[in-house]
Amino acid sequence: MDRREWPLWEVFIRSRNGLDHKHCGSLHAPDARLALQSARDVYTRRQEGTSIWVVRAEHIVASDPDAKAELFDPAADKIYRHPTFYVLPDDVNHM
Amino acid sequence: MYTQAMDIAAARGEDPAPGQVTDAGYQAEFDAKIDRGDFIEPKDWMPEAYRRTLVRQISQHAHSEIVGMLPEGNWIGRAPTLERKAILLAKVQDEGGHGLYLYAAAETLGVSRDTLVEALHAGRAKYSSIFNYPTLTWADVGVIGWLVDGAAIMNQIPLCRCSYGPYARAMIRVCREESFHQRQGYDLLLAMMSGTAAQRDMVQDAVNRWWWPALMMFGPHDAQSLNSGDSTRWGIKRITNDELRQKFVDATIPQAKLLGVTVPDPDLRWNEARGAHDVGAIDWDEFWSVVNGNGPCNQERLAARIRAWEEGAWVREAAMAHAAKSEARAAGGR
Ligand SMILES: [Fe+2]
Ligand SMILES: [Fe+2]
Repeated sequence: MDRREWPLWEVFIRSRNGLDHKHCGSLHAPDARLALQSARDVYTRRQEGTSIWVVRAEHIVASDPDAKAELFDPAADKIYRHPTFYVLPDDVNHM
Repeated sequence: MYTQAMDIAAARGEDPAPGQVTDAGYQAEFDAKIDRGDFIEPKDWMPEAYRRTLVRQISQHAHSEIVGMLPEGNWIGRAPTLERKAILLAKVQDEGGHGLYLYAAAETLGVSRDTLVEALHAGRAKYSSIFNYPTLTWADVGVIGWLVDGAAIMNQIPLCRCSYGPYARAMIRVCREESFHQRQGYDLLLAMMSGTAAQRDMVQDAVNRWWWPALMMFGPHDAQSLNSGDSTRWGIKRITNDELRQKFVDATIPQAKLLGVTVPDPDLRWNEARGAHDVGAIDWDEFWSVVNGNGPCNQERLAARIRAWEEGAWVREAAMAHAAKSEARAAGGR
């Protein structure tokens, strides 16, 4: 007898074509087929989706919140990456 | 995906290695986030008491959704028309969905689903006391939608802005679905009120039985609330019990008038000066007695949950065995 808890799956839903899949929650299921079926029942009872991805939670690699500064701060002082950094003469500033 | 969060938190509770940020540092960062109105996300550092409060509140909320399927489920097989049956099925299915959204949110705090369910079955975790009352007639189904879901909506809307991200997101999803629950209940009651005298009496009787328990859903008076200090400071609770109860009464009384029923409170009055209704004294002895297990249906509800869990065990086990077998077959190229 297998008394383990059903594994955890993360659910991503594309609400309509033209949009990205977006994480919407998680659920437990024994395999991929039932994970998809349950995701349909749990997260799309009112036509919230046109496509579902399910991924075993243990397969997701996430960044460490403690590394937030070293990962993301280097972008903070590179304001020249934004168009607003460049002030052009009025006549062409809509460029 | 976030079940490792607890291990990280536990590891951090030990002596920090030289050069590591201390707990005090993490605490200051956490406080600043709360003060700014930022969300706390699963892998972020959080004080143990914040985590514990959330696990308790979110899991009890989840249990309430699941146990809450029982009183109404009682009437699915006896709905008066196919349309009402389809509506009630959809409503009860939603409540099951709400329970699942909330269990998933609780699990992001590093506690397993089985642990939460086990705490419910062992009587260590509570669920909303309102579900310990019986559903005696079809009118109860309408009154539950109107008053019980109505009160739940009042309670839940502020939680959409609570500081813990996964809980707030789950509540947004729940609140989007609750409006249908309340409206179908009121619609059902309107239909009954346009029926026979016996049907109208049935509605009034159901209102008489559910009114006070619905007011108790908001919890003890502010002066007696044990947990609300910390919850308020942490941005989990944004509006007090009494404020929410008042909003509910003020919104509901005009609806009762339109429906043609009265509420069983001889002291209920419109207070011109306050611009709000004054409400009679709530029987807190009854409230605590139901919370402590002595309501009319406490034993029945818990027994039904435990039976469902135990009778479903072979299905859970068989599904896992099947998954393992298919995986092995696929790996071995059959
Ligand atoms: Fe619900
Ligand atoms: Fe509901």
